[in-house]
Amino acid sequence: MLALDVRNISKNYAHFQLKDVSFQLEKGYIMGFIGANGAGKTTAIKTILNLIHLDSGEIYILGKELLKHEVELKQEIGSAFGDIDFYSRCKIKALTNVIKKFYRNWDDEAYYNYLKRFNLNENKKIAELSTGMKVKYRLAIALSHGAKLLILDEPTSGLDPVARDNLLNIFQELVQDGDVSILFSTHITSDLEKCADYITYIHNGQIVNSAEKEEFIDNYRLLNGKESQFPLIQHQLIAYKKNSFGFTGLIHTRDFDSSLQIKASVPSLEEIMIYFAKKEDLHG
Amino acid sequence: MNIAISNTSDTPIYQQLFEQISAQILKGELEDGYCLPPIRQAATELRVSIITVKKAWEELERHGLIYTVTGKGCFVAALSKDEMLQKRNEMILKQMVLDTSYYKSFGLTLEEAFELLKRVY
Repeated sequence: MLALDVRNISKNYAHFQLKDVSFQLEKGYIMGFIGANGAGKTTAIKTILNLIHLDSGEIYILGKELLKHEVELKQEIGSAFGDIDFYSRCKIKALTNVIKKFYRNWDDEAYYNYLKRFNLNENKKIAELSTGMKVKYRLAIALSHGAKLLILDEPTSGLDPVARDNLLNIFQELVQDGDVSILFSTHITSDLEKCADYITYIHNGQIVNSAEKEEFIDNYRLLNGKESQFPLIQHQLIAYKKNSFGFTGLIHTRDFDSSLQIKASVPSLEEIMIYFAKKEDLHG
Repeated sequence: MNIAISNTSDTPIYQQLFEQISAQILKGELEDGYCLPPIRQAATELRVSIITVKKAWEELERHGLIYTVTGKGCFVAALSKDEMLQKRNEMILKQMVLDTSYYKSFGLTLEEAFELLKRVY
């Protein structure tokens, strides 16, 4: 079953467009949503929560059409957007008491377990929480109302390496029973190399690729060749950098002719992103 | 079961898992009937994605080294000594083909390669 099924969504703004975005997340898995700043990650995520109205396209969550079942589905979605910037002088306790009234399946016992696990003190004021604690508080809320789909916008940004590692561990534990699915956006791609099952890459409002992680990476090769070899392959390259030692470039694996004897390696997610950004510079 | 994953290696992680577990099975360190940890649990503990573990387990199954009992888990298959030897040799040979082509690219003869191998073995 699909936890999330985004079908051909589009949205036009004066200076930005979300163009025919489609991707699917299987239930019980983690999907990393990557893209440079301004690529459309947050816009896409907001449409999934119906915070932005679509020009066209459809979104299905846990098999139900979002617009028709929005109220019901929101009970099953846990979301976290960067900061909690409301009621910052309020104590955790007081804020939770307000939030929990919106959820039918609120589970106090689960909530206190998560507070304990995340080392959150409910008598602390929101303003006193560190970035990492705010993310954890958001998660504690999302998880205590039995959310089946977690949609998290850059949950790891602003966290130190240790806190990020902890959070990724929590993500993996959450999907362990196969019941919860997670979509999280990030530009810290090393986070995904550890735990994501699927990668969806958005660039300039369009999906470049959405696939199982290893397959995603395997689609590309990073070439490292001599200057004399460059003309042989230039037109197949997605993007390249030239210097006095030769050239490096990204290519679709299917376009690469290994008989050319050019050194090829498997790129990291970060390298893929960098070369796609370079493509713009090259082709304007 | 012992597994050490290298994130910097060029070998895909599922392949590393497959190689390490199959070596342990073929050396007899993991006895037949040994129950492999559930895929999702292994993924969390090893800090790799679920699909990576799934792929490794599938590969082990394809090679006849483990079998799945629906609802119960994956178990190390019962292999006779001969079968184990045969599977081990198959895997070693596969690697040797790769290694040999590398030696050949330097123009080494079999004797020369053998002499060098003896020095490092």
